[in-house]
Amino acid sequence: MTARDATPSAVAPAADHSSGPTLTSAAPADGAGGGIGAPTTSAAGSGSRSAASTADIEVAGHRSPATSSRLTALGSRLASFVVAALWAVVGLAVFVALWQFATRGSTAVPGPLDSARTLGDLLSRPFFNTTNDKGIGLHLYISLRRVFLGFGLAALVGITLGLIMGAVRPVWSALNPLVQVLRPVSPLAWFPIWLYIIEEPAQSAVIVIFITALWPTLINTAAGAGAIPRDQRNVALVFKFRPLAYLWHVLIPNALPSIITGLRLSMGIGWMVIVAVEMLQGNSGIGYFVWNSYNALELDKVVAVIVLIGVVGLVLDAILLMLSRWVTPEEVHG
Amino acid sequence: MTIAINGVRKSFRRRGHAPQEVLRGVDLTIDSGEFVSFIGHSGCGKSTLLNIVGGLVKADSGTVRVDGQPVAGPGPDRAMVFQNYSLLPWLSLRQNVRVAVQESRPDWKRARVDEMVERYLTAVSLWEHRNKRPGQVSGGMAQRAAVARAFAVAPRTLLLDEPFGALDALTRSRLQQQLVDLWDSESETETVLMVTHGLDEAILLADRIVVMANLPYPSVRTTIDVPIPRPRNRTTIVHHPAYDGIQKQLVDLLIADNDVELAEAAAA
Repeated sequence: MTARDATPSAVAPAADHSSGPTLTSAAPADGAGGGIGAPTTSAAGSGSRSAASTADIEVAGHRSPATSSRLTALGSRLASFVVAALWAVVGLAVFVALWQFATRGSTAVPGPLDSARTLGDLLSRPFFNTTNDKGIGLHLYISLRRVFLGFGLAALVGITLGLIMGAVRPVWSALNPLVQVLRPVSPLAWFPIWLYIIEEPAQSAVIVIFITALWPTLINTAAGAGAIPRDQRNVALVFKFRPLAYLWHVLIPNALPSIITGLRLSMGIGWMVIVAVEMLQGNSGIGYFVWNSYNALELDKVVAVIVLIGVVGLVLDAILLMLSRWVTPEEVHG
Repeated sequence: MTIAINGVRKSFRRRGHAPQEVLRGVDLTIDSGEFVSFIGHSGCGKSTLLNIVGGLVKADSGTVRVDGQPVAGPGPDRAMVFQNYSLLPWLSLRQNVRVAVQESRPDWKRARVDEMVERYLTAVSLWEHRNKRPGQVSGGMAQRAAVARAFAVAPRTLLLDEPFGALDALTRSRLQQQLVDLWDSESETETVLMVTHGLDEAILLADRIVVMANLPYPSVRTTIDVPIPRPRNRTTIVHHPAYDGIQKQLVDLLIADNDVELAEAAAA
């Protein structure tokens, strides 16, 4: 299952950074200048440099070794960051150039410059609100609110149910086939049902997000809670752990990394699906804004909002990634 | 408390394989206050037998009675120490012991819980390290915490499954001494069952050594008494007149079982 897949990659960078200072303990404080040319990862780069230039310690001798090595580590990290950023700019530039080339002479499909200008316009007055039009900030706010509501509800239900599924075998057997059948269904397929039952498009959209976000969280939580090491189960059996202690000291700590992975996936899909739901639901939100712009044949607005959607999605993922880094150190085993 | 094992059989079924018999008709009685070591080749079912007494594994047939009561499941009256420490990695050593005591002895008052936790963590010289997590201490320290946890729930019987197998020789001998001290001391623990691979360890610690046999007849091959008076000392015990005889007997039994592995271990 995908449960544990994302965890190691999320941990690795943190481990790199923490090992940086120890690797460079003998290095002089000239890292920032010397490091820029080397397109290496921080730990490896600083490590090799420190080995090459231990003789320079005398030069930097007036600084305490600890301070200087910390500065070096910081410098080499900064250097590799700058290098990475430069390459990112190169990649972006090539992309924009291709875009410009492909859309040259077209009046309907916007080029990069038009789109950037439109994005600037949209962002210059994000919160205007007239009877038949709203600023992009308001649409974004509405979409985010729906996603958070649906996501929060899904987290609540998914984590609770997932822990029970993982811990109690019969519950797993009872629910797993159901989950496996429902999971591949596009959450949009549910939309007519909710629309019919609730008769309220905005709330139906939230429920669609709830269903979208439910499966990854549920499945990952159940997988994490179902994979308790035998040793720990034996300890809980021999020392007669009562349900609350089992939940708190065994089940949740074991499942936590997969729970966070599930939440991250849920948030990612939820943010994708909201656009589609709002296209169908049609009175507010960024999805509505995209569709509305298409109907008005303002594709430059569509492109501008695509960029915005991407950036917001990136920020949402970064927040959950931070959360996962925060909980993973607790997972350290003897 | 007397442990009476009668006609215990156990086979493990694995998909695509014939059922593997690991215990066939084990009969054994362990008296209150005895220290019994189980020795035998890998896969001879000694750990399985311990787990059946502990209630973690159910026998296919036969009974295990503790003071006449059939074993229904695991419990703190038969606390266990596992080979790989089995501490909860997110809890400090103190928390590991404390949670186990709280959960297995819900009727104990807070003061009693605290006292037992402190007494046994101190006894294994871990009190000053009580706030470290298992990942922050050595394997020997982690296993000492596991031993403290087992004693702290005041079990009348202690079940040890190769507890010192993963430790270096020096740490192992220190822990063996601490184990005997704890058992001798005012602890409630009377009876100890210990699975081991080490012949010297078995002779040093046990009143009686149960030698288990492999297939084709996986059961108790024989039991050997160790009539060496306590307190025993690892350096002087080898000069006791009975020592060589017991060791030779064990080696012969295990070599006769036609397995190279333990013969090598015995020679080492």
